[in-house]
Amino acid sequence: MSSFTLDGADVAFTEGQTIIEAARVAGRFIPSLCAHPEFPAHGSCRVCTVLVNGRPMSSCTTKASEGQVVESNTAALNRDRQALVQMLFVEGNHFCPGCEKSGACTLQSLGKELGVTSAGFAHESPTRPVDASHPDILLDFNRCILCELCVRASADVDHKDVFALSGRGLHKHLIVNAESGRLADTGMSLEDKAMTVCPVGVILKKRQGFSTPIGARRDDVQTPRQRLEAGRKP
Amino acid sequence: MTAKVRVATTSLAGCFGCHMSFLDIDERILPLLERVTLDRSPLTDQKHAGPCAVGLVEGGVCNEDNLHVLREFRAQCQVLVAVGACAINGGLPAQRNHFEVGDLLRRVYTEEPGLTRRVVPDDPELPLLFDKVRPLHELVKVDYFIPGCPPPAEAFWAFLSDLLDGKEPRLPKGAIRYD
Repeated sequence: MSSFTLDGADVAFTEGQTIIEAARVAGRFIPSLCAHPEFPAHGSCRVCTVLVNGRPMSSCTTKASEGQVVESNTAALNRDRQALVQMLFVEGNHFCPGCEKSGACTLQSLGKELGVTSAGFAHESPTRPVDASHPDILLDFNRCILCELCVRASADVDHKDVFALSGRGLHKHLIVNAESGRLADTGMSLEDKAMTVCPVGVILKKRQGFSTPIGARRDDVQTPRQRLEAGRKP
Repeated sequence: MTAKVRVATTSLAGCFGCHMSFLDIDERILPLLERVTLDRSPLTDQKHAGPCAVGLVEGGVCNEDNLHVLREFRAQCQVLVAVGACAINGGLPAQRNHFEVGDLLRRVYTEEPGLTRRVVPDDPELPLLFDKVRPLHELVKVDYFIPGCPPPAEAFWAFLSDLLDGKEPRLPKGAIRYD
């Protein structure tokens, strides 16, 4: 079997796997955000950037190849990752204490994993009203990080095309594909794949709230790194 | 015996929850007080901070008094620490940032049902509200951050222990919380 090294450890891969896919199978954690195992890589958040033979490449889009020397856990890369996470925090309105997704949020877990303790930059504080029109689903756009997973899940898996991104640069934002712009006027339902893919707290099932208390949630019990490393073969 | 280290604490636009969590270090406060003298703090009721090694500031900045106190802390403390969600990103009080402050005052003090006196308070004793609630690092240089709502007692303990031992303070992984 072919292999490459990740921070000095041998990682086996099969032809066609990306670096992060092979690392996941081997139980080796590379910090990532927009890379979802069930969707083709998007390569937009750059959090999973690693050095491949000394060159920075996103590990979700770079194919593994024989003999690559991959470095992930370096001080410089982790500093860049911290800054990326901090920029995502200040671009939206992320108030973890009041968020139902706190403790099961990829952005939050990533921040804690990387030792981020502050926002670092000045907050943009954008004004983004919520959409509570749907009887079963709440959309809180304040937390959107523009990963497009819901856009792709709704279009490619659910075939409903409920979401889209609109605007450019700082004005880019998530919208609902309906003449009214309201979720109630789409075919979105609780069974949709788009309900499950949001890495942050935008798409929420109503009346769920704080049924699992803070401190007992998914990533409170086991961090993403711990979950992945628990599956590592000795 | 080495001289005690002076530490000041205050709450700006906060709820004192961070101070309560600090007190959750329980009996460890006794060995701490052998190494630390509290300067301005809700526990001493001292009105102004003197020269200190460390200042712990809870809460964001929502009015001119908050800013005045924050600047006093920055001037007096060698190491300034933003403590808790509100000091770090504005927290709950910053939820008003998407509304115009005059509108909010009118709504709350003149339009809410059950009010006996419908007037926006304007006593000169009251500090002027700012249009936005801001976190500390957007206004002064902040040296360290202890996140959480509130930060766990363990975070206060680990941070202060490191600092008093002359080490670079480091929060243990489990002690970094955003909620």
